[in-house]
Amino acid sequence: MWDYSDKVKEHFFSPRNSGVLEGANAVGDVGSINCGDALRLMLKVDSETESIQDARFQTFGCGSAIASSSALTEIIKGMSLDEALKVSNQDIADYLDGLPPEKMHCSVMGREALQAAVANYRGEEWKDDHEEGALVCKCFAIDAILIEETVRANNLSSVEDVINYTKAGGGCSSCHENIEEILTKVMAERGETFNPHAVVLKEEEKPSKMTNLQRIKRIETILESIRPQLQRDHGDIELVDVDGKTIYVNMIGACSGCQMEAVTLQGIQAKLIEDLGEFVKVVPSSAGSYARAACHV
Amino acid sequence: MDGIYFDNNATTRVDDAVVAAMLPFFTEQFGNPSSMHSFGNKVGLALKKARMQVQELLGAEHDSEIIFTSCGTESDSTAILSALKANPERKEIITTTIEHPAVLALCEHLEKEGYKVHYLKVDNKGRLDLDEYAKLLTPQVAVVSVMWANNETGTLFPVERMAEMAHAAGIPFHTDAVQAVGKVPIDLKNSKIDMLSLSGHKLHAPKGVGVLYLRRGVRFRPLLRGGHQERGRRAGTENATSIIGLGLACEQAMQHMEYENTEVKRLRDKLEAGILAQVPRAFATGDVGNRLPNTSNIAFEFIEGEAILLLLNKFGIAASSGSACTSGSLEPSHVMRAMGIPYTAAHGTIRFSLSRYSTEAEVDRVIQVVPEIVAQLRKLSPYWGETGPAEEPDKAFAPVYA
Repeated sequence: MWDYSDKVKEHFFSPRNSGVLEGANAVGDVGSINCGDALRLMLKVDSETESIQDARFQTFGCGSAIASSSALTEIIKGMSLDEALKVSNQDIADYLDGLPPEKMHCSVMGREALQAAVANYRGEEWKDDHEEGALVCKCFAIDAILIEETVRANNLSSVEDVINYTKAGGGCSSCHENIEEILTKVMAERGETFNPHAVVLKEEEKPSKMTNLQRIKRIETILESIRPQLQRDHGDIELVDVDGKTIYVNMIGACSGCQMEAVTLQGIQAKLIEDLGEFVKVVPSSAGSYARAACHV
Repeated sequence: MDGIYFDNNATTRVDDAVVAAMLPFFTEQFGNPSSMHSFGNKVGLALKKARMQVQELLGAEHDSEIIFTSCGTESDSTAILSALKANPERKEIITTTIEHPAVLALCEHLEKEGYKVHYLKVDNKGRLDLDEYAKLLTPQVAVVSVMWANNETGTLFPVERMAEMAHAAGIPFHTDAVQAVGKVPIDLKNSKIDMLSLSGHKLHAPKGVGVLYLRRGVRFRPLLRGGHQERGRRAGTENATSIIGLGLACEQAMQHMEYENTEVKRLRDKLEAGILAQVPRAFATGDVGNRLPNTSNIAFEFIEGEAILLLLNKFGIAASSGSACTSGSLEPSHVMRAMGIPYTAAHGTIRFSLSRYSTEAEVDRVIQVVPEIVAQLRKLSPYWGETGPAEEPDKAFAPVYA
């Protein structure tokens, strides 16, 4: 069974604003019947102010599709159309206290329905701009089509490349066989053969051009940019030490001992790798663990 | 735990007597059956008994034809890979489009290694075309692997007939009988089936134990090599407690075979008829006249399976669904798609699978709850109007497909 948040369950069992909205003047129909989701979003928009006076939905879909639809209508009611268009799928997921990675597409569908409804109101034609593939990386919710397109567009040739460009495979690494299959397929298109042993060491060999101090400051800045997200979940992070490629951190508050700690650290590591342009490893400081243990006594 | 468990094709409750039979072998008679001392000897004797209990249920001629494994999947892999290794010059495999992933995913992998796999298609009731099958039985085929009963619909395949056809063409025949063993009578000594897989946890034995039946004389190459366990055909210290549990579970399945095919079947039929009588736009999938006695798979049009399961779960009712969303994949069940069930129904399929523990009161309760749940979800569905499906649902709701 999916590990749905209480908020998701609550919105599924008692959906808000479901059913047909009489007098709707902005209607967005989106869906992917293959994947078992279809959503109609109906809005009543004030023609003077362009504010959304009422919103209702009808959804054919799973628990999280129905909950995402319900959440979307709650979020956008009272907003102006322009404000509503800024609502991202992450906002919908956050409103529901998160969705399992396999279910993030449900929140994407909500955002697309909104775009379709606004386009309908403004007399424009809305076109879906992405195709969805089978989920490959469960840690970071990345599907096969995104990986394929990235490999094709950037001439990638190794699993490491794919991790650096898409994050896919950067977590538990269970999906590396699938990523290799995608590489084999796309590289064959351009007449190359995938070689799993062609280890790309460029990044590692390249010495860091920053001084130690600059580098540590840079790491702190990056952590600073992540901090608000952690604090929103009542957690925090602090930099303990930097030893070559190993960055020691302390997870604080709700983050410490959280079941998602490993995933969070992987995400932070991916961000640091991306921004520093070098491979680094983020490790929870053992000193921190001792301190925590001491607190519990 | 209170609740109505109608998901016995997924796994079953271990019978109390089975647990009791297993317990002494954890702490008192814990020896290694391969050992010379009496600690081991008693376990060895208990395994011998279990082997005979399994032999009895399968109607196998010899107890040495029973090889204990860790699960149905291991048995399937062992059987298919053994046949390929034993016939290295043969590069083709015959199976069906609606096998369990234990066979399908292996076959897809073997395709990448250069094997040609023929997937037999099914019709809208999930039935095979034996003429198509007959044409594929050529000397290039290393093995045929066809399930005895489908896990989603319960539809039975004519494996005995198919084994005879394969035998006549000199091709080894394997059947994944994980869903069939314990629910339908099996008599292997009077069949031409060469290999059969079963899984303990589908018949009230624990998880983590399975069996590969290997007819005497069938050429065999082990998957795991090592010690002499299972006469060198499956190395690794025996999962003694679970094997002993499986033995008793097989004996009990034998005793309940008639009950399964009369009383359990009656409850299943009552459940299905009760739901279909009250819910419009719903139908039973598969070959309803020729299926396992405990399984009913119902497609509810215009609503999605995971949503149904979540609401059923709220009422304490456990079932399963062929919807894409329950697995995290994008496609609904390959079995439903192979039968040509349209997407709007395939996503709304629910499988109820009963057992000898299921009661009349439970069936009555599910018949009462399901129509409410379906109505509640249809009210949310853009494909559903006030009282029935939106007229011409395709036109009423034509989304921009992602």
